[in-house]
Amino acid sequence: MTLKRGAPTRGTPRGQPRVQHGGHRTRIDWFLAILRVTVLIVVGVGLLAFIAQEINPDNPFARWANPDATGLTAAQIRGLVVSGVAQGSMYGLIALGYSMVYGVLGFINFAHGEVFMVGAMTGMITSNKLADAGLWESNFIGSLVFIVVVSIIVSTLTAVVMERVAYRPLRGAPRLIPLITSIGVSFFLQNASVVLLGPASKSYPDVPDWVKAKHTFLQVEGGKILVVVVAAASMAALWYYVDRTKTGKAMRAVAEDAEIAALMGINVNRTIVKVFAVGGAMAGMAGILWGILFRSVIHTTGFLPGIKAFSAAVVGGIGHLGGAMAGGLSIGVAESVGPLVILEPLGVSGVSQLRDAVAFSMLIIVLLVRPAGLFGERLPGEDRA
Amino acid sequence: MKRKLRTLLASLFAISLLAAACGGEDRPEAGALGAVEVETGDAIQIRSLEAITGDVAFLGLPLERSTILAIEDYGPIQGFDVDLGTTLDDLCSNDGGQAAAQSIVADEDVIGVIGTSCSGAAVAAAPLITDAGMVLISGGNTSPALTSDLLGTQGENYNVGYYRTAHNDLFQGAAMAKFVYGELGLTTAAAIHDGDPYTQGLAQAFADAFKAEGGTVTGFTAVNKDDTDMVPALTEIAAGSPEALFFPIFQPAGDFIADQAAGVPGLENTVLLAADGLLNTNYLALSQTEGMYFSGPDTRFGDNVNESTGKTADDFLSKYEELYGEKPAAPFWAHGYDATTLLLDAIAAASYLEGDTLVIDRQGVRDHLNSVSGYSGLIGTISCDEFGDCGAARITVVQNIGGEANAEASMENVVFSFAP
Repeated sequence: MTLKRGAPTRGTPRGQPRVQHGGHRTRIDWFLAILRVTVLIVVGVGLLAFIAQEINPDNPFARWANPDATGLTAAQIRGLVVSGVAQGSMYGLIALGYSMVYGVLGFINFAHGEVFMVGAMTGMITSNKLADAGLWESNFIGSLVFIVVVSIIVSTLTAVVMERVAYRPLRGAPRLIPLITSIGVSFFLQNASVVLLGPASKSYPDVPDWVKAKHTFLQVEGGKILVVVVAAASMAALWYYVDRTKTGKAMRAVAEDAEIAALMGINVNRTIVKVFAVGGAMAGMAGILWGILFRSVIHTTGFLPGIKAFSAAVVGGIGHLGGAMAGGLSIGVAESVGPLVILEPLGVSGVSQLRDAVAFSMLIIVLLVRPAGLFGERLPGEDRA
Repeated sequence: MKRKLRTLLASLFAISLLAAACGGEDRPEAGALGAVEVETGDAIQIRSLEAITGDVAFLGLPLERSTILAIEDYGPIQGFDVDLGTTLDDLCSNDGGQAAAQSIVADEDVIGVIGTSCSGAAVAAAPLITDAGMVLISGGNTSPALTSDLLGTQGENYNVGYYRTAHNDLFQGAAMAKFVYGELGLTTAAAIHDGDPYTQGLAQAFADAFKAEGGTVTGFTAVNKDDTDMVPALTEIAAGSPEALFFPIFQPAGDFIADQAAGVPGLENTVLLAADGLLNTNYLALSQTEGMYFSGPDTRFGDNVNESTGKTADDFLSKYEELYGEKPAAPFWAHGYDATTLLLDAIAAASYLEGDTLVIDRQGVRDHLNSVSGYSGLIGTISCDEFGDCGAARITVVQNIGGEANAEASMENVVFSFAP
């Protein structure tokens, strides 16, 4: 299930490992090797110290780095993992849009995080209207389905219009140009939201108790289970769409080689619109899940999740859809669990502020070990922008 | 050679004539910081620098508006109008404060600035503005770092020429600690800040005061302003099982902490407390903040009269509602009003007419502010200490009744009062 520009068999083999032509390691190779070992040691020692402190907070190894170590209860560790998985599922859903557009057009659509924000905003407006009408409380599932539909429509439209207005005129231009345009589109959407809805953060109406309360099953909040289930279902639907339908085949063909695909009778422009539409729909879905989980949205809501989702797409191997989901989950879990499980036992203070650092370190570590990402293929002859 | 000498002599003569003409008049010495001359028809320039966009606009907008209303109530100074220009946005951040301050000091006619809303912005703005000879008077900054520790040691971000009518957060931290330890009878507490000088200063002040009361601080950590998933930070705090959790931060991070705390094992029954950064009707209307406690400035101003304009808090509020169609969303409007009248008084005291030109001595403005003592303002009696702390240190703790309809009533639901 890969949407990837350029077939692995095509082009000249430029991406070979350095060892092969030099015969000896360069300084950069040594530097990278040392970096890899250092990172592994830090992570390893942190983990060991955490395990030591879990067994007995008073043992000397746990006390060595962090004299105030108290350890976490099993319920607390479970809470961390679950919240990481829920957050990671959303990163994964957003990452799909980054990955698909990159796979087909070869540029990073930085405005994709804002499409997610538009989805969350639409959900906020619709759900508050439903709450005013009394439907939100009386028929929560029905209302939820309704806001999902509305939000998917709006964010899909946003993505499609964005493609038509901002990117299609630049088709064929060097890749840096649509990239910079996408940054502009991103600011445009953020500021449009400020103008239309104001700069303050806005909340979703209160959700029913079963969403907030922990369920006997797994001791997890209903809302988080909902997020994971919906993300998995969306992922499955997307997989079916891209892998089993004719349109999906057309997308893969355009990703492989747009010119040849056009010669085979595929309408390239229409296929690209569909790619944006599907990415937008996934972002809209993620927006609603965000609203259910965090119940608050502001015009900058899309920025950081957008960047993290982009990192997730890269971690998973950009262009690879399953990889995007896996990357999202691993970044979500790493940033949730990492600070307390690896950094705190090492005696780092204020670890909760370091979650973004952990998330992006995760990106660097994966790229150090597997430069093409977890599921990415090493492509020869690809000029990376 | 001879001609050169003659030119030199002639120019020397001309210069001495000029000097005589200038020095001949009976004119007070301009202070070390120089003076600003305002020609007839021009206006006295002051500026407003507040957080007027984003999540903290609830704090900055009432401050901006209080300055506008105070200038209107005060009227012209020696026949010269006061011009506020366009309000600049401090964005409630270091960067925002710095950028705005740079554009303010580019205009050499500006005498003083009312602002900022956020301590974080003042840390960057205060050095630039005070170095330019202007004064910065804030109705919203409360970080101890900007003035002093109240024991005679100046804060690390103190600048000569900085003043504030808002309280020093050492008072607010002490008030909250006394409330939690003495009133609620809780002996363990934790605090969360977001790295901003205001939030960090207040969380630290609370922790220190709570220890001084005899309590135990079980955790002290920080989140990022744009974090949404607070479970990791709350889990870190939960490891110490505190009975009370104080998070003097802003929205939206405050929304997420209040929402997610109950779901973290170990924090199910922890009492949640916040401060004036979250004390606004928007936050109080959220269902997850029901029952929470908030510290903030005492807003029961009663019959206090601003001695420069003769107005009371009620006069101010009725005019405010008439003009802006709403009540001020945050409690610092009175501080902003008094800050403005203090600046206008100082300008009046430090200026004199020279023909048709008004000359304002910059050092004179500071001298006047330094000597403010027993001034009657909306917030009560105002006296400035040597580090620019002029505010009345009256703090109250309110409890959120719960529900959107009760948000305004909750702002006045005082459960504890503190005065040093």
